[in-house]
Amino acid sequence: MTTFSKRTLLSALAALPAAALIAPAMARADIEVNVNRGDVQPLPIAIPAFGGQQGGDIAGVISANLQRSGLFRPLDPASFTEHDLNVAVEPRFAGWQAINAQALVNGQVTVDGARLQVDFRLWDVFAQKQLLGLQFASSPENWRRVAHKISDAIYERLTGEKGYFDTRVVFVAETGARGAKTKRLAIMDQDGANPSYLTDGSSIIMTPRFSSNSQEITYMELRPEGSKIYLLNLDTTRRESLGDFKGMVFAPRFSPDGGKVAFSVERGGNTDIFVMDLKSRVSARLTVDPAIDTSPSFSPDGARIAFNSDRSGSPQLYIMGADGSNPRRISFGQGRYTTPVWSPTGEFIAFTKQVGGQFSIGVMKPDGTDERILTTSYLDEGPAWAPNGRVLLFSREGAGGGTKLWSVDVTGRILQPMPYPGSGSDPAWSPLLN
Amino acid sequence: MINPRNTGSALRLTLIAATALSLAACAHAPKPSYPTAAPPAPERAPEPPRAPYSPPPPEPVTQNALPGSERDFTINVGDRIYFDFDSYSVRADAGPILDAQSAWLKRYPAVQVRIEGNCDERGTEEYNLALGARRANAVREYLVAHGVAATRITTVSYGKEKPIDPGTGDVADSHNRNGHTAIVSGARMQ
Repeated sequence: MTTFSKRTLLSALAALPAAALIAPAMARADIEVNVNRGDVQPLPIAIPAFGGQQGGDIAGVISANLQRSGLFRPLDPASFTEHDLNVAVEPRFAGWQAINAQALVNGQVTVDGARLQVDFRLWDVFAQKQLLGLQFASSPENWRRVAHKISDAIYERLTGEKGYFDTRVVFVAETGARGAKTKRLAIMDQDGANPSYLTDGSSIIMTPRFSSNSQEITYMELRPEGSKIYLLNLDTTRRESLGDFKGMVFAPRFSPDGGKVAFSVERGGNTDIFVMDLKSRVSARLTVDPAIDTSPSFSPDGARIAFNSDRSGSPQLYIMGADGSNPRRISFGQGRYTTPVWSPTGEFIAFTKQVGGQFSIGVMKPDGTDERILTTSYLDEGPAWAPNGRVLLFSREGAGGGTKLWSVDVTGRILQPMPYPGSGSDPAWSPLLN
Repeated sequence: MINPRNTGSALRLTLIAATALSLAACAHAPKPSYPTAAPPAPERAPEPPRAPYSPPPPEPVTQNALPGSERDFTINVGDRIYFDFDSYSVRADAGPILDAQSAWLKRYPAVQVRIEGNCDERGTEEYNLALGARRANAVREYLVAHGVAATRITTVSYGKEKPIDPGTGDVADSHNRNGHTAIVSGARMQ
């Protein structure tokens, strides 16, 4: 009889990059070499319906969150034998051991007028001990967020890393046929629930990005008259333009402290990178050359910027100081590299790679080493990190089909479409909500 | 119906012949030195011929465009040129169309245009916005070098947001890499 521990899952997580290194030459075929990573078994976890109003719904949201992470395998409730669980009483562990549940989550919902309270417990079934006992309270209509917070608490307790379930995703919702698409700014919960649309579709919206420390986004609007970059505070719904520029402006992204936006400005056909201080509204030009310089993305400490340039003759990834100093190429593999995005942990830079008529999402270390391809298809594009740096969202277009939002974990093992029924592109993840 | 090729070729040829003398004296704008890669080898099976790209029926003679109208420009001059993969060099086959655009714009000096740079989908969004801007600017520079006042021209890049061919594959891509000269104002009403 083995007991699982936080260490078990952590060591499993740590083992994945090493497994991926086994076949670096086969990087493009990584979707097929999943067998190399098959030694990581998702943790069997039992999440019976919580007691009380909407207890089944809440357990269902938690179960779906943990399952999508790929690190957990929620067990079929039909196999459960103990049906009178009580948060005040220890479960009868033998029954849960019998179905090989390593962890058990039980909870109780209490609704008192405008107040919803959820108590839950997380148990180590084989060690027969409680790992977590928490209580969340909110309004009844906020029950999904409570479920997401419980999911985050379980994830963090069992993996040692912050969760990413109580978050939202901003994206571009697409409707209509190719060539006549309507592209609206949209936002939804990370599990696809509660989608809402923030623009009316009268202009093309592109590349929304979250601030990493507030509910603020920046995005680009494209009209025949030109383009604009906007800042939109989702709490106050206050929207403001970054300003009027001669030429096109695009590719905005916040600095980690939210105080600056780096972006591209095009003049006379030449595109360079600028940065604007949002308080003083003073911009500085960071690149000065006749090549395309775009897609700036700050390192988490704000000291450096990864960007995309074709100064070598084809689009490649570069890193420079946040003041534009010492630009240095980091991508040297075969193919065209674009859309560098620094991970929130600083460990990786995610990118889109185009080679042989296929597009891939990949990651590499900021020094350009340890390149790993996570996905490959006719058209994968635009990776965006979960706040804990474990999962990436991107958009995938099928040959002849519409564009859908997908996610992949940083090992490339867990690849799946986002639970959003419509077409979408340009996803970006919020920080954890408060 | 989408028509990536220019119609009314007989009329256009006449125009080109009429303007050839004056243009012969113009120094050709130097081609950008950006290295152009050949389109990637298609990995998909060749596409069967598709109906939308069969040659369009000839324009009925009763629908001749009024000279100086937007329709005149689109049909008799040609409002779109095409580019190679990841290139913004004006191709040899695009020169005559831009020559004709220059001549037409000089004949109708009230017309204001917007050059729209477009890309195929075989690139990512932000890079393609920059590439489309290069294409729009290449067309603008050509027209200015051939005597069209720069103040009459604005540019915009649509990146890969405005494909004229909704298909996927090499044929659609070749249509979607283009510079479109859109008349904003000043043309005669049809």
